[in-house]
Amino acid sequence: MVSVQSEQVREDLSVPSSVKIVIAGGFGVGKTTMVGAVSEITPLRTEELLTEAGEEIDDLAGVEGKNTTTVALDFGRITISSELVLYLFGTPGQDRFWFMWDELAVGSIGAVVLVDTRRLEAGFGAIDFFERRRIPFIVAVNCFEGSHSYTAQEMRVALDVSDNVPLVLCDARDRESCKKVLVSVIEHAMNRLDVMA
Amino acid sequence: MSQHSGDWWYDEAAGPMVRPYAMVSGRTRPKPAGEDLTLTTQVRALRTNSEQGTLSVEHLEIIKLCRKPLSVAEVAAYLHAPLVVVKVLLSDLIQRGDVITRDPSRTAVPVDMNLLQKVLDGVRAI
Ligand SMILES: Nc1nc2c(ncn2[C@@H]2O[C@H](COP(=O)(O)OP(=O)(O)O)[C@@H](O)[C@H]2O)c(=O)[nH]1
Ligand SMILES: [Mg+2]
Repeated sequence: MVSVQSEQVREDLSVPSSVKIVIAGGFGVGKTTMVGAVSEITPLRTEELLTEAGEEIDDLAGVEGKNTTTVALDFGRITISSELVLYLFGTPGQDRFWFMWDELAVGSIGAVVLVDTRRLEAGFGAIDFFERRRIPFIVAVNCFEGSHSYTAQEMRVALDVSDNVPLVLCDARDRESCKKVLVSVIEHAMNRLDVMA
Repeated sequence: MSQHSGDWWYDEAAGPMVRPYAMVSGRTRPKPAGEDLTLTTQVRALRTNSEQGTLSVEHLEIIKLCRKPLSVAEVAAYLHAPLVVVKVLLSDLIQRGDVITRDPSRTAVPVDMNLLQKVLDGVRAI
């Protein structure tokens, strides 16, 4: 009996814990590209079932016969240790899936709002979302070649983000560049924790 | 990954779930054992001698996938099944004792400096 119990405890301890960082932003800004650049696995895709109207289905009763659609989440994984795994989740693009954003945001250690200088306004919704929920976030500007380059200050003004939100330039296809983005958001989360303490 | 996970219910053309309701044998919600499952909850199969005769193909596939700890989201991705369906299937296995998750009291990892430092070091090391 005792040995059975201790075996269970040992097995339980060997289930890692996990943390996540959300990569948010408009459609086509490079979220999945960024996830893929740093993930140890090819980004995976998981699907949540919705009604055609875009409502969450958390009960399968009566799903049959209803028109359903799906919302896809792309995510990657970085194994930190045998006890800790970091997941990177890209947000679904369309605004009608805000409830999925909530599920992603809960318990996340921080968020990256990825923007494209050609369509900065696509970042507004995400910035607003994380500000309201007091989730530590940074803005990462994906520098597509040929895009007009603004100064960081110009982009801050255009995006209406305060000086205490880090703004970094990146190339979503480049692993080292994306690592820096992650380091930046984690450090920002640490600073925020420090301020609150 | 998905080839043998049941072509009879995954249809590229029709979408990921042809008959989600049928997949979970008419059950609509995760059993209490699976209520707290989130996208990133880690699940792991135990080596048990439990009777497997009543398990579906998908249950068995999950057990196989989870020999190494995986998140709920990974299980759903590899099975090509919607999260809501996977949570129901996982709850069956958790209740049977075939699959474990972290102790619910430790599921929500408190975000503290120590944890963030570990994540930071881990990211820098990749
Ligand atoms: N040239 C260039 N293309 C990029 C860059 N980042 C992403 N892309 C491309 O832009 C498209 C959209 O990227 P994706 O990651 O799918 O965007 P998502 O909708 O935010 O997930 C893809 O074809 C990428 O290959 C970049 O920095 N430079
Ligand atoms: Mg994408």
